[in-house]
Amino acid sequence: MTADTAPILTVRDLRIALPEGADRPFALQGLDLTVHPGEIVCMVGESGSGKSLSAGAIMRLLPEPHVHVAGGKIIFEGEDLLAKTEAEMRKVRGNRISMIFQEPMTALNPQKTVGWQIDEVLKLHMGAKRKERQAHALEMLKRVHIPDPESAYNAYPHQISGGQRQRVMIAMALSLSPKLVIADEPTTALDVTTQLQILKLIRDLQKEDGAGVLFITHDFGVVAEIADHVIVLRQGEVVEQGPADQVLNDPKHPYTQALIASVPDLLPPPPKPVTTLPVVLKGTGLRKTFAARGGLLTGKRKAVVAVKDLSFELHQGETLGVVGESGSGKTTVSRLVTRLLDADAGAVEVDGTDLLACTPRELRGMRKHIQMVFQDPMASLNPRKRVVDIIAQGPIVHGEDPDKARARARDLLELVELSPAAANRFPHEFSGGQRQRIGIARALAMEPKVIVADEPVSALDVSVQAQVLKLLADLRDRMNLSLLFVTHDLRVAAQLCDRIIVMQKGEVVEAGFTAEVFANPQHPYTQNLLASIPGRTWTPPYRKTDAA
Amino acid sequence: MTVLDTDLRPAEPPRYVVFWQRYRRNRAALLGLGLFAIVVLMALTAGLVDPGDPLRRAGLPLLAPFVDAANPLGTDQLGRSILSQLFYGARISLLVGVVATLVSIIIGIVIGALAGYFGGWVDDLLMRITEAFQTIPNFVLLLTLVAILGSKIEWITLAIGIVSWTAPARMVRAEFMSLRNREFVDAARNLGVSNTSLIFREILPNALPPIIVYASVIMALSILLESALAFLGLGDPNYASWGNMIGQGRAVLRTAWYCSAIPGIAIVLTVLSFSLLGEGLNDAMNPRQKQ
Repeated sequence: MTADTAPILTVRDLRIALPEGADRPFALQGLDLTVHPGEIVCMVGESGSGKSLSAGAIMRLLPEPHVHVAGGKIIFEGEDLLAKTEAEMRKVRGNRISMIFQEPMTALNPQKTVGWQIDEVLKLHMGAKRKERQAHALEMLKRVHIPDPESAYNAYPHQISGGQRQRVMIAMALSLSPKLVIADEPTTALDVTTQLQILKLIRDLQKEDGAGVLFITHDFGVVAEIADHVIVLRQGEVVEQGPADQVLNDPKHPYTQALIASVPDLLPPPPKPVTTLPVVLKGTGLRKTFAARGGLLTGKRKAVVAVKDLSFELHQGETLGVVGESGSGKTTVSRLVTRLLDADAGAVEVDGTDLLACTPRELRGMRKHIQMVFQDPMASLNPRKRVVDIIAQGPIVHGEDPDKARARARDLLELVELSPAAANRFPHEFSGGQRQRIGIARALAMEPKVIVADEPVSALDVSVQAQVLKLLADLRDRMNLSLLFVTHDLRVAAQLCDRIIVMQKGEVVEAGFTAEVFANPQHPYTQNLLASIPGRTWTPPYRKTDAA
Repeated sequence: MTVLDTDLRPAEPPRYVVFWQRYRRNRAALLGLGLFAIVVLMALTAGLVDPGDPLRRAGLPLLAPFVDAANPLGTDQLGRSILSQLFYGARISLLVGVVATLVSIIIGIVIGALAGYFGGWVDDLLMRITEAFQTIPNFVLLLTLVAILGSKIEWITLAIGIVSWTAPARMVRAEFMSLRNREFVDAARNLGVSNTSLIFREILPNALPPIIVYASVIMALSILLESALAFLGLGDPNYASWGNMIGQGRAVLRTAWYCSAIPGIAIVLTVLSFSLLGEGLNDAMNPRQKQ
């Protein structure tokens, strides 16, 4: 963008060595990058590509000596950072290079007020009086558009929302007008609407200050939103770099092409005439309040209404999406309909039987009709059981012959495209996507009428996500499954769901065919959600996944 | 182009191989294992070393070690061979250690699992009982129990088990509380698995590693408790035990120090072996705790 000015940061042939016994000898192999003033360089890659470690290397914050820089140069404003002593580095960190972290809750000290934490940075590097520092901190909080900066200054991190915490982090990072800001997935933990605001904020502030930004992300939507220059990393190697426009719309390297092709596009499927099909799952008037249990001395806290009067119908062979931001009650919905949580009021009818009125014994029998795929593939499989036993467990509990159940479990593995060799392994030997496939096989083993999927792909990398979504869609069409699909990601919802329910604060604000809701949202909240999808104006160029 | 997600990683070696590799890394733990093996060997070969009764008269009283070939470690004031008492004492120490540990761990698991899994009033009730036990000093309770039950070795072992279950119960409870909300438990419940199976088949195997590590500590403590009882003269007089030996050797401590010192060293080394063993198990079972 501003190629004629001197670069702020130049990295040449950076190599980072991993300890012996890691999956590869170098986390990063020959990274070259340049950041100019006023430029946003996006480093994109899937998990394990070495993108966060490169940020660590620039800040000299690698977990040495296990992981260390094995070669290359990091030149920051003409000085070699690798040659600096630890004391010299401390003067650079926070002052001339600053960092914004992914998780603002853990990056801020919960014991100290926001003001104290900003002041600490200023005390170290600014050398001004207390009054001046406070004025500067308040000024910074105002710049990041925190409503009522004075009260935020005195608040503890848990007293402000996630988006505001990230704003505080940005205020801290920018308070000394650093020349370089490293942002490591700063919006990944945030809701879409907040994410868009934060991205805009970073963009605006960086323009005002003329700082260079090294932005690390895994999300091509975010890249489309913010990047000037893009670097694509894969397993520690740079596979492609260039201006954002060129990489996004005309990717040269097959890996980039595959990654971009994995980004779900925003074109919902045409409406299916589902309303004529029989209803398999019906929720009426569901309500759930979480009463916080007060201690002996603390007294009762206010109860939180998670779901307020929810009603819906799921037809045979249909996919119904439940979308909303965190706190909208969508996960509670998935637990209510499977009765992992007991609802306060309402009914859940599976094929005409009310699940919520069942006795514990009846309920155990009913469970085989409604199965669930869970969010976290790391936590949803018992780490001490072999895969075959995990999948066969359900049928065995329901009285099937154990040998037969295990034989069928092996067939199911094939159905979810895993090798039969997987059967005798333990869950930790699988990648996230593979575990999610095992979770799907476990649900299918019961031959359920309904599958409830709670954010089944949100913990996965895009390319893996695309493969798992495709599998789900295939299985649904082949086996005529009915899916209740809970997600926060509207791109994913657009790909899979025939109809969607949009939830806000426990209430349904809009429902209808996905295509219609996307084309013509009625409720302001839905409009806002759709307008906040990162990179919504960018349509990935069509490429086949196996283009190479 | 992209690596297909469905390709499996190469198979890992079996679990026990991985376990041994991790255990082997800790030198001290290997020493512990060695010492433990020696104690087990002593217990097993006691009958070969001295086929007769270890409490019979074997020679002149108060022979110093390395003087008489028939009694290489000397004799105590009643002329009993210290060597054969030491070997037979290993049996008693191991027996007390293992059985008392099993008793305390089983009580602890049942109480901790119920409290941690169900929560609510079950938890309140069971934890108040646990606290009631914790407020009474261990050894005082042990003395009381032995006074009531009598000093047969079976009762002593049971009593030691009863006074040491509180710590494992609290550990199991904490593990269960964190594990019961994991998704895999919900997943199993969603398959229609009953509470009993959820507790014992799903959660317990995941809660065991820290308990097994702690078992080694309880084992060491049980041996010490038994010795302390015997030292006070409350041990079972019909068996040769290290504690009994020290207790009787105390009378001649100034003239024949070896009567108490030799079994003392045996206790120290055995307890040390358990504690090192526990550390090694911890490294092998919870590899992420240490870098």
